[in-house]
Amino acid sequence: MVASAEVRVARCGGSRINFIEPIITLDSRFLLCASGDAVHVYSTSTEERVHVLQGHVDLVTGLRLNSSNHLQVYSCSLDGTVKLWDFTDGILIKTYIVGHKIFSLYVSKFHEGTVFIILPMESSANTEAFQLVALHLPKTTGPEVEARDILSVLRDVSPIPKATSFGRGGEFVASASGLQLSVYFFRKQKTYRFSLKANDKKGARNRFTCVASHPNDDCIATGHEDGKIRLWRNFSQKKEYTYSTEHWHHSAVNALHFTPEGTELLSGGVESVLVLWRYGAGSKKDFVPRLGSAIEHISVSPDGSLYCTSHKDNKIVVMKSSRDISAIIQGLVKGETIRTDLLIDPRTKALVCNGKPGHLQFFSLRHDKQLYNLDIVQQEYIHEAGLHQCEVTKAAIDAQGSWLATVEERQENPEELDIILKLWAYDESTQSFHLNTSISMAHEGQISAMCFSGDAEATMLVTTGRDGHFKAWLLADHPDAQGEGASWSCDYVGSYHRREPTRCCFSADGSLLAVGFGEVVTVWSPSTWELLVTFSQPPGDIRDLCFGRLSCSKYLLGTTTKNLLCCWNLLTCSLEWSSTVDVILLQPDPLSENMAAFSRASGSTDLFVFKPSEPRPLFSQKAVCSGTVRRAVFAPREEVLEGCDESTQWLSCSRLYFLTEHMELMTFSTKSEEDQIIASSKQLVIDDSVAVTPFYLLLGKHRKSQRETQDSVSSHTAARIQLPQGSPAIRELLHTPAHVLPSASFLCNMFVNSLLISKSGVR
Amino acid sequence: MGEFKVHRVRFFGYMPSGIRCMSFNERAERLALGRLDGTLEIFNFKDSFYQEKVIPGNDSRSVEAVCWVAERLFTAGLNGEITEYDLENLCPKYSLDAFGGPIWTVACNAQGTHLAVGCEDGSIKLFEILPEKIRFERNLDRQKGRVLSLSWHESGTRIAAGMLDMIRIFDVQSGHATHRMLVDRGVSGMRNHECVVWCVAFLSDLTVISTDSSGKVQVWNAAMGILSSTHLVSKSDVLSLAVSKDESSFVVGTSEGTVVQFQFLANILGGDEKAWVRTKTFKPHTHDVRALAEIGTAVVSGGLDTQLVVRPLLDKVDIMSYDNVLHKIHFPHRSLVSCAQKAGMLLFQFPAQLEVWRLGESEGRGEFCLGTREKWIPFQGEDHISCSAISPCGGWLAYSTVSSLRVYRLQCDEHVSISKVPKLPKVLRSAHQLSFSDDSSKLFAASTHSMVHVISLSQSECKHLHTFKPKSGSTEPVHLLAASKDGKWLAAANRGCEIHIYNLHKLKPHCTVPIYGSCPTAMGIHPTSNNLLMVHADRQIFEYSIVEKQYTDWSRRVQREGLHKLWLERDTPVTHVTFNPRNAAQFMLHDTYMFCIIDQSLPLPDNKCQFYNQITLKSLSEQERLSHAHAFKMCTKYQHLLFLGLLDDESLVVVQRPLTDIASQLPAPVRLKKFAT
Repeated sequence: MVASAEVRVARCGGSRINFIEPIITLDSRFLLCASGDAVHVYSTSTEERVHVLQGHVDLVTGLRLNSSNHLQVYSCSLDGTVKLWDFTDGILIKTYIVGHKIFSLYVSKFHEGTVFIILPMESSANTEAFQLVALHLPKTTGPEVEARDILSVLRDVSPIPKATSFGRGGEFVASASGLQLSVYFFRKQKTYRFSLKANDKKGARNRFTCVASHPNDDCIATGHEDGKIRLWRNFSQKKEYTYSTEHWHHSAVNALHFTPEGTELLSGGVESVLVLWRYGAGSKKDFVPRLGSAIEHISVSPDGSLYCTSHKDNKIVVMKSSRDISAIIQGLVKGETIRTDLLIDPRTKALVCNGKPGHLQFFSLRHDKQLYNLDIVQQEYIHEAGLHQCEVTKAAIDAQGSWLATVEERQENPEELDIILKLWAYDESTQSFHLNTSISMAHEGQISAMCFSGDAEATMLVTTGRDGHFKAWLLADHPDAQGEGASWSCDYVGSYHRREPTRCCFSADGSLLAVGFGEVVTVWSPSTWELLVTFSQPPGDIRDLCFGRLSCSKYLLGTTTKNLLCCWNLLTCSLEWSSTVDVILLQPDPLSENMAAFSRASGSTDLFVFKPSEPRPLFSQKAVCSGTVRRAVFAPREEVLEGCDESTQWLSCSRLYFLTEHMELMTFSTKSEEDQIIASSKQLVIDDSVAVTPFYLLLGKHRKSQRETQDSVSSHTAARIQLPQGSPAIRELLHTPAHVLPSASFLCNMFVNSLLISKSGVR
Repeated sequence: MGEFKVHRVRFFGYMPSGIRCMSFNERAERLALGRLDGTLEIFNFKDSFYQEKVIPGNDSRSVEAVCWVAERLFTAGLNGEITEYDLENLCPKYSLDAFGGPIWTVACNAQGTHLAVGCEDGSIKLFEILPEKIRFERNLDRQKGRVLSLSWHESGTRIAAGMLDMIRIFDVQSGHATHRMLVDRGVSGMRNHECVVWCVAFLSDLTVISTDSSGKVQVWNAAMGILSSTHLVSKSDVLSLAVSKDESSFVVGTSEGTVVQFQFLANILGGDEKAWVRTKTFKPHTHDVRALAEIGTAVVSGGLDTQLVVRPLLDKVDIMSYDNVLHKIHFPHRSLVSCAQKAGMLLFQFPAQLEVWRLGESEGRGEFCLGTREKWIPFQGEDHISCSAISPCGGWLAYSTVSSLRVYRLQCDEHVSISKVPKLPKVLRSAHQLSFSDDSSKLFAASTHSMVHVISLSQSECKHLHTFKPKSGSTEPVHLLAASKDGKWLAAANRGCEIHIYNLHKLKPHCTVPIYGSCPTAMGIHPTSNNLLMVHADRQIFEYSIVEKQYTDWSRRVQREGLHKLWLERDTPVTHVTFNPRNAAQFMLHDTYMFCIIDQSLPLPDNKCQFYNQITLKSLSEQERLSHAHAFKMCTKYQHLLFLGLLDDESLVVVQRPLTDIASQLPAPVRLKKFAT
């Protein structure tokens, strides 16, 4: 079966919002940041996402405000387009097609009709070389314009956006790459290059990391790998250039930014401290410490009232210039690896996985927002290279969402292993999980798998360990422990021929437990702990196991390391069918009979969706992503998707999410679904020629109200008495804080007036 | 090459004195340096930073400030006197009491007509400079509080004076203070301490720059008497200041050992609005930077850690060359050690005492040598020792100060006993350099006007034999003397780069070596061939045949082929020449960081070949070794050499003074917070 053209692998929420530096709008009300293929518009005061600007089909790599119209924003992407958006309404205004991968975008106030982008050098075969070019934007109308008019400005630049900066009044552009700083003067059309030595006797590492230019003076600030900040001056001289050096950061300076007036220079790095250097006052500086995680980018609102830092844990912190934090926008925290399975919390429908070190995060996929963090390890996290940290390696949630089991592990050397199994109960009153039982060294070896039974009455947890046992844990009341309530204890320890259990799985009703021991699958009855049956399909160890659901619950599916997918019938105790596919991950859909199987094939991963009852796949797609897929999960939809044909039927009640090797969360979306989104975003079309100014908005509102009164005149019968709440005067009265209101005698007149029915309404 | 038994001597407790002040004479390109013990040193910056002249100090005289007026040198000190120096006889010419208590500073106006001195009692005194002396002219209005720093405006009509807590601008004509600018006392803890304005500089655009004891560098507008900017440079004192000639930059030195550069830069490139911006920070020193000079292409700094650092400003340098790299001068460019080769005794010269040591038995190669301190000659009188010598046989010892010369007789048996030679010829008043003949029968003393006195020594009496006078009539002081082994020849080199050769048998001048543009730093006469070997400050090597009165073939070959680049770029001058008695073609040179044996029979290295090739040669076979060998054999095993010589038993004496030993004797530096400590 050919992969349906209608189903597409798409980035869904949870993308990196710290990929490029966020920008703040001129009025400081909105914050724009790139997130995967989309641009998100957040409110700076409420942290709420206002709009999602969707339209790019690859990573958004640059974002700048249109300098001639501050209500518009340019964005560029690896898909080779520059798009102009109206971010207040979330409308795509124009698309400029460049045709090369774009790595960064700059806008200079003094170069009207031109944007600067960083492209790969075409001429050379070396793909590592990049150039900064000026892109002239054609003035032709129409939504899609080819923009081919490019002019090279600087060659051999770094593709990293923060390594290039435009100086005072767009007179020059400074760009650092490696150990060289290049400054190009537009007026003289001359480039000056300054090099530093790679290191010196004192062990300085002089590689440039970022560049910022002073807005009013001719001064360039550069950040370096060893934490130094250099302020370059007099750089229009080949020899008599000079720089002063400041040193506070102990490792690389990740971001530098001047405030709009140039009175302060902000810098940040791995220390998670925002440093505010007083410009011109030597080494006088202020600090904003304890920002939680390494600073990746810094930006400042154009009026200088808000500072904004992007952090390594996918977080954006907005703070006022008084250094009070006003908003924290938290995305999906993604470390180097995710060791827990992806889980869905049945209560909140949130994705549960590793977040910050030692934490589990609950991430709402629907709102693309982190709900909360659960501290599992409950230890102070100390950032230091080479330190062995406690890590959450396994997590499981039972079907009702009332119990959460976690395993944390710390291994300093092969002999010393610390394992703690923790069980957390959901507390209705506080709406969060609380630690119920903590079992240290639940197994002698690492815990390889863990699952809850689906039985609603007696919840049971089964863990399999590398020590050759599987253990069943039950919630039991202890009469001796007073006031403690119920806690978990071991109910049964099972083993099979001293083999090592690798996987375990409960059937949907909790009546059967399948445990994979090497190449043998054993099926147990949890009520009596009787070994019911064994299946074996040598050679090849069992890699994944799962029971069928709903109408297919008589089937047990298993994959082996020798490229075999087997389906056993539990009623006949025989092999129903088998197929030679190298399946690395089996994922059942909890709401239907469907199973998703990810298989490895030549550097990429294929997906098959099938029903256990019939060996023919419902849906298959080759090469969903490069690399292997390690984690996947079906998340139930809020509402059943309508209008699905046969090939997309499996997507109607759940969505399949998976994590690629590069820690990107991907999903499958259907065409009809995308059409709906696009339709909803195209409600408003603004005349391109009219700039959206406050005056325009006022005028538009006035016209609208005029039109409304005309309507009310025409439809006489519909004329009803307007409720006083609707009146703007009342609204203002109610919304304004009491201490700034004028005196009551003044307001009284206005209030009474607003209650009067206007003549036009009566007519 | 041969093996040598090495006496490795580390018991010379030489301790240089901290640098107090300096002044750079741009016309002559000479730097005058005042040390804490009152010694004045003059470095020639044209001639590879060679320490050209040393005027020994005096216990009663301190040097607080030094000032060049054209070619004349003035100092002032806490004894309240202004002193002018005789640079030809290396002694003070005259001293004049200013009658204002201790003098802290002296400054000369741009026209070179007046000297202003700042005194403890708050007065600023003007002295008129006359051709042969200076004369008190008048006082400016007397203020309360000492005057610590002075600077003339270019026009010579105004003076800025740094005092306690304030800077005053004086009108020279009327003598009245026109402005009084108060300096902030700094951080709250220091409120009740006075803020000392250590340095002021008056720029031609009526800007005054001040540095003070609360760590500030302040820029003032002297026309209006207001502060224009403040830069906090240090947590402790900012002690020194030097402005470049074009007034586009200045450097300040702090008590933390750092030197900070400030530049006058336009805010907008090409714009008119300029501001003083702090740019570079160096840390050349570990202790207080007490003296600074900006010499256009480099910053010269000196401080309590006794070293003189010449740090190039690379943005002002066009071509990288020897003159444009970092130089650190730790040791004097003259020998403070003399060696009695036959007796195995060493004489160490200190400013106010002499030490005689007898070498013990060296265990083997490179072992530290034990010696016995035989005699310690504390010196009575205020003047410091300028030169000293011990005779090769160890029987005679001579030293000289600015005012007197003494000769002692040493009796060497179980213990060394010493007796002063009572009657010396009257001509022996003082000497710039002393030397004994090889058979210890004659003493050569270089005196004023380049004269060399020859004294014959015997048990009964000392007799003045002859006085050689250079034919050229030069009056420059002689700084090197070399007598031939056979006692026939005497070579004398003076600071005017002249080398005169005298015939001791005939007591007549023999000839003059052609004058080379660089000052000789070491010379010696070959024991068998009687060739004079000279090494100059620019590390050129010449060999002159005294008999034939011409350069030898080897010397001509050296000049034709040129010396290796790495040899010419060595940092310190060669201070001693020794000949290998076993091999007539070999001689030894040493500077502070190495000694080398030069074999005249081997080919000279050219710039392409490896200069430091000892390790390479070791790995080669016998035949290949011959083809790769060249004349220079370097040994860098012994560092910080003060002296290296051969004894008569053909063992090598190496006198070392490790810099760490010097540093450990310095007072503790200002404590600085270091990251991660």
